[in-house]
Amino acid sequence: MPLLNAQDVTVSRGARRILEGLNLCVGEGELWQLVGGNGIGKTSLMRVLAGVTRLGVEGDIGLRETPLFLGHASAIKPLLSAYDNLRWHPSGAVQADRGAVSAALSAVGLEHCGESPVGQLSAGQQRRVALARLWLTQSKLWLLDEPFTAIDVSGARLLEAQLQAHVAGGGSVVFSSHQPNQFSTELRVFDLSEYACD
Amino acid sequence: MWTFIHKLGSPPWFYRISGVILRWLLPMTVLALAVGIVWGLLYAPVDYKQGNSYRIIFIHVPAAVVALAGYYVMAFAGALSLIWKIKLADTAMRAAAPVGAVLTAIALFTGAVWGKPTWGTWWVWDARITSMLILLFLYLGVVALWDAYDNKAAAAKACAVLSLVGTVNIPIIYKSVDWWYTLHQGASIKFSGESAIHSSMLYPLLLNIVAFYALYACVVLLNMRAQVEVDNRHARWLVEQIGDD
Amino acid sequence: MTSLDRFLLGQFQRQLKLAFSRPGEILNPIWFFMMVVALFPLGMGPRPEQLAPLAPGILWVVALLSQLTVSHRLFASDYEDGSLEQLVLSDHPLALSALAQVLAHWVVSGVTLALLSPLFAVVLALPSEAITTLVASLLIGTLGLSLIGAIGAALTVGIRRGALLLSLLIIPLYVPVLIFGTSAVVEASRGDDGSAWLALMGAWAIASLILAPPAISAGLKISLDA
Repeated sequence: MPLLNAQDVTVSRGARRILEGLNLCVGEGELWQLVGGNGIGKTSLMRVLAGVTRLGVEGDIGLRETPLFLGHASAIKPLLSAYDNLRWHPSGAVQADRGAVSAALSAVGLEHCGESPVGQLSAGQQRRVALARLWLTQSKLWLLDEPFTAIDVSGARLLEAQLQAHVAGGGSVVFSSHQPNQFSTELRVFDLSEYACD
Repeated sequence: MWTFIHKLGSPPWFYRISGVILRWLLPMTVLALAVGIVWGLLYAPVDYKQGNSYRIIFIHVPAAVVALAGYYVMAFAGALSLIWKIKLADTAMRAAAPVGAVLTAIALFTGAVWGKPTWGTWWVWDARITSMLILLFLYLGVVALWDAYDNKAAAAKACAVLSLVGTVNIPIIYKSVDWWYTLHQGASIKFSGESAIHSSMLYPLLLNIVAFYALYACVVLLNMRAQVEVDNRHARWLVEQIGDD
Repeated sequence: MTSLDRFLLGQFQRQLKLAFSRPGEILNPIWFFMMVVALFPLGMGPRPEQLAPLAPGILWVVALLSQLTVSHRLFASDYEDGSLEQLVLSDHPLALSALAQVLAHWVVSGVTLALLSPLFAVVLALPSEAITTLVASLLIGTLGLSLIGAIGAALTVGIRRGALLLSLLIIPLYVPVLIFGTSAVVEASRGDDGSAWLALMGAWAIASLILAPPAISAGLKISLDA
């Protein structure tokens, strides 16, 4: 059984149809990139695939297990420390013990920023705190909406490496991005403009 | 049962059936209202205590009864919309809310008009009037919530939840207002509404209550049909249907 | 402890931590309560025999309003920063995690208000024998207020300028608790026993505890869908 199987999915917002007749099947060890211009519905589709939005969705979406979903808003509280933020993650089988959290923080290069409130870090560092969840999760399927925004070149390389490692281990990733990325593994491109309505 | 519910949910079917119903119901409603109001206002006997002013109950009581029932109708439509995801139930709820609010306002207004000659003041914090006022607030909440959502499918779900919450609360609100009134009764005017009503007044009153129910059904159906027409303005079946009529 | 218990406890502690990291959110409703209470003697005259009979009503109405002013922030930051999406996707039921959040909110806002209310009661010349009843009524009553307010907050969290709308939706539902609360305090200030009203209020709070969480969860899901 595939990790994600979306068949004949139609997404509407209010009375307006956004995407129509969409099929996407994600097996193990696959790296997918959603592409399409602004406003075509990448974020909407991500939320639909993850199961955040259910209203105005027709068709079947089968998920083998709860995926890890990281949306536009990264569920990071600026008033709490990076530790407290990462130890709370109710979805997608995230490990929350202290040792794992500090290992994840050093993996994203923030080993010294664990205790201070995240709001005092720079935007790029805050983004890295959110992405540190990729080092904590045990979910096989990752749904990442624009993971490459607001991080620098070294951060992007780090993220690419982590996505490839996950795919190499039999996991799968669906992400949306505008940036050109450098992957050594096969990248499957899913173009939303084929399914867009008017 | 299942197919019936789904049939009920299909706009073309609803549009056709409601058209047939209205063709009969509308004239009968007009007739019943005319008879009931003429009977109540002109032919029912004069009340020995209140004189002619009591006659406003022939509008006040039916409006109040149907307004309260209308909230339950709306909540029932909301439950249908949440449980069976019937789009037509959304339309029904959307249609029922303002009608109920207007009926509540009519009940409050006629109550005030009645209060002036009876109690010598336009407004009395009587238990029933106060409950009616709160019912109006509950209706206005649903209408305001509907307007606030841009996505109307979500608006319907939100209003359904709100009206179900309201339904659970209405009996508690009514009971608590009753207790509140008893507790403070020493300070306000006593009103003995429990006196038996003579049959010569009861029959026109009952007729008016039935007529108001029918009127409510007509207005809600007409309102729903208008909404269906807007939602399906590009659909071929609607053009054919209107062409047939 | 099962993983659900641990998660709910964590959710509760997290909300408390967030509240205490921004003390203004706890203190502002108390200031509001204090200032509005101070307006009544200024508006009606300072004579205690004038203030005392109205004190139960004033205290309860103002408590209700100060609860309303905080309710609309209940889920706002979780909605904006994406935490709510994670709660919806979680394997743990949203109704329970929302309940944990509402209880934390009640501890921070309602319990604080109830414990400080004797100060304001004295200012309004409420007879001293009614003060215990006032505290008890606010303690129980604010739990119900928080739960009902949370339904409104869940339904309006996605709406811009939803704070006023929330009040329109919720105030009619607050009527029973206002009646129970003021009646209890009025009876106690006459030297009677107000505990029957407190019992009614307790029943109302328990019913809210059972019935409100599913409505809150439905409301939050609708807000994410909109």
